[in-house]
Amino acid sequence: MSPKGIERLLLALALSSVGSLALITFFIFWEGLPLILTTGPGDFLFSTHWAPTKDRFGIGAMIVSSVVVTLGALVLGVPLGLACAIVLAEFAPLRLKQLLKPTLELLAGIPSVVYGFLGVLWLVPLIREHLGGPGLSLLAAALILGIMILPTIISISIDSLGAVPDLYRDGSLALGATRWQTVTRVVLPAARSGIITAIILGMGRAVGETMAVIMVAGNALSLPASLLDPVRTLTSNIALELGYASGRHREALFATGVVLFVIIMILNLTAAAVTRRR
Amino acid sequence: MRSFILCLALLCLVACGSRPEASGQAICVAGSTSVQPFAEKLAEVYMELHPEIRIDVQGGGSSAGIYAAREGAAHLGASSRELVPAEKELVEIPIAWDGIAVIVHRDNPLRGLSLRQIRELYQGRLRNWRELGWVDRAVHLITREEGSGTRNAFEELVMGRAEITPTALVQDSNGAVREIVAHDRHALGYISVGLVDARVKALEVDGVLPTRENIRSQRYKLVRRFLLVSKLPPTGPCKEFVDFILSARGQSLLEAEGLVGYEE
Repeated sequence: MSPKGIERLLLALALSSVGSLALITFFIFWEGLPLILTTGPGDFLFSTHWAPTKDRFGIGAMIVSSVVVTLGALVLGVPLGLACAIVLAEFAPLRLKQLLKPTLELLAGIPSVVYGFLGVLWLVPLIREHLGGPGLSLLAAALILGIMILPTIISISIDSLGAVPDLYRDGSLALGATRWQTVTRVVLPAARSGIITAIILGMGRAVGETMAVIMVAGNALSLPASLLDPVRTLTSNIALELGYASGRHREALFATGVVLFVIIMILNLTAAAVTRRR
Repeated sequence: MRSFILCLALLCLVACGSRPEASGQAICVAGSTSVQPFAEKLAEVYMELHPEIRIDVQGGGSSAGIYAAREGAAHLGASSRELVPAEKELVEIPIAWDGIAVIVHRDNPLRGLSLRQIRELYQGRLRNWRELGWVDRAVHLITREEGSGTRNAFEELVMGRAEITPTALVQDSNGAVREIVAHDRHALGYISVGLVDARVKALEVDGVLPTRENIRSQRYKLVRRFLLVSKLPPTGPCKEFVDFILSARGQSLLEAEGLVGYEE
């Protein structure tokens, strides 16, 4: 085969991957949009009454739950992840860095069902015994997700901290700043857009995570009134009910997918925009 | 997706529906997703005994199965609900009983509930164990996901028109419900009777325990029948398969899977 032919073949393969993305997008909207329109976008998005076999399609409670669970995950994941990234990028001796970085990458490779399993076995009983409620709760989901988004936040933050030229650090130190002042006043502001990207991508991961959340969140349909109440996220709703759904019920799940798709798209585009500004 | 399902339906039609009975070496069973795993098990064993027969088992739901049987698209429709009067011209073949047990933690001193109490619990009207004569703790209610066969039956037998409260926890399998109830002292759930084990306690409903005898005699209230339906009385290989299901071998297979056999 001539180099030209190989080039064309590669191009075709590359396009096919983009093409499948386009097809997926098309199908989600094709299947989901009609239901949103017939239910009425307002009703669909803001009603909290979900009884698909009785023709009630309101995903308001799930949108709220998804948002709250994700925020909870960020509250735990961002400080931890950022601290970890700063230590690894700025303070840790090389040996420690060489040990910790691969370990953290390993954390990213653990399947989500394992996180969920650990959550059910260990975290949920802990919450039930010490804090009350059924244990399966918003809090459990937020904690598990907070740990799950660590690798994303840490690795992207480390990269962006590493991308800050040493010139900045040397200049700051030469002016008499301490190392801590250098990190907080010079390096972190310089790496800001990268860190924001890390947080947004971590957020995307948290919104999209399904398996672990189904296992620990309890999946109740009502709006949560406290951290200990069970919640159902958008992803859980799709995965829980797809098995038996047919007709309008299935369309409603696709419609849930449309909303999820839009949320993730907004997050990713924001991340891309922030990165580009750098 | 829709066209995909259409294709499946067409395939089924080609596979079994349009073929004349005489050459019928393939049997198509379609319908209830609750019956499906049991039908698959039966078909698997039967096909081992009779390699010349092919049995296709498909889901789709009870109504779809009954419709397919009436239209002749499937030889046998599987249903986990009773036929409505308009469907009574079909031949119905009950194959098994399935009971739904209401379960609590082993430490729970409660022995039984009335049907009405169960309904009030799931409506969210009774929320505290104190109201049932136990500790002052909230009842952790567990239900199944919308569309599940067990949930459908539970709604039909217990809830009537009432809706299950949205504050109930939702789990997507009998096993998951049982797991939670086994570990949470204040939980209450419902699962298929066949899956009750020593880690949880099945409650009496209106004073009747869900034992095999009580399920078969229907003294226990939360019971449904699994039916096969067909347009005409089955003949040929189809009849042989039905006979196999109702034979001691077939019935014991169903009992091993947790159902209660229809025939003694």
